[in-house]
Formats: sequence, C-alpha cells, structure tokens
Amino acid sequence: MILCDVIGNVVMTEKSPKFIGEKIMMLKALDNQMKASGQLFLAIDRVQCGIGDRVLALREGSGVRQIIGREQGLAVDIAVKEPVPIKSMVVAMVDEVNVV
Amino acid sequence: MNLAKVVGQVVANQKIEGLVGAKFLLVDYLDEKNKQTGKRVVAVDTVRAGIGDTVSCVSSREAALALEPFFVPIDSAIIGIVDSINVSL
Repeated sequence: MILCDVIGNVVMTEKSPKFIGEKIMMLKALDNQMKASGQLFLAIDRVQCGIGDRVLALREGSGVRQIIGREQGLAVDIAVKEPVPIKSMVVAMVDEVNVV
Repeated sequence: MNLAKVVGQVVANQKIEGLVGAKFLLVDYLDEKNKQTGKRVVAVDTVRAGIGDTVSCVSSREAALALEPFFVPIDSAIIGIVDSINVSL
C-alpha cells in the first residue's frame, strides 16, 4: 500500500457496469518528505474518505478483486477470479505517521 | 486507474485475433490541473468515448477484465467518461 492524499473526486455517468454505485476518488502519492507529488491516479473508496484526508491506497488489482468478491460473499480463491476492472482502492484512513 | 483525455483514434486492420472488434483510442494521461502529462497510450474503448472526452483508464490485467467476454489481450481500457471533477489544489 502507499500513503496518499485525497485531492478530489470524479463523477462518471457512462461507465463500466462494475463501477455503478462506487465513489471514485482522486489520489496523489506522498513522497518521502510526505508531500503530494507524482502521478495522479483514481481509486474506489471503501472507508468513506473525503477531500483532504490522508489514506492508504492498495494498487494491486488481484487484491482489489479479492476484496470486492468477498463483499459479495464469494470464497477467496473464487473472488480473485471475478472480472472486475478495478485496480486501485482506498483501504484505510491514516491517523498518524511516525518516521525517523 | 487514471484520468486521461482522448486525443485521437487508431485504425489497425492486421492484428491478432483477440483484438478484432476492439475500438482503439489514443489517450493522454492528465494531472490534477487538467494538463497532459506527456504519457500517451492506445486504450480500448468500452463506453463509447469520443475525441475530446475526459475519461478514466485502467491498465494491465484489469483492462483485460473490462471487456465482454473478458481476458482479451489488451493492457489499457477506457472504463468511464468523466462528467465532472471536484478537486482541491
């Protein structure tokens, strides 16, 4: 997972059916100095995050598919094979980061 | 997934069997200020996007899962047309 800042959200009406009902957030990864830099990317939300929050993003498609499949009640090994075209998800809200 | 702008289309007649019927669009990745970052890819359209649209693109294995039937040999797919963006810079 990577540390990110939520800088916005996106509304799409015409979209792949698997995205219906999903909140799509705009995230920017933090660098080692905890500044938001680098490529902007989109992720679906699972923790009710809002603009300005600092979050953890999972960017591995297989993990995201596993989470979505489990939400639908599938067993883990079947959940991973679900054809869900989503590869980034906000999985946690960050309270505190301690770095030496 | 990334924000991108559709800047053109690609026509290819000679191609592998799995790509027959795919609509190829040229997209430029965008940053949060709506400027093109310089990264340009050919993505397969699944939502009837047109030139000039701002879209959402997914890459690698998940792109292959966006089409019906899934698991076509692609690594980039357009999976949504963006209506509005709410951003705090």
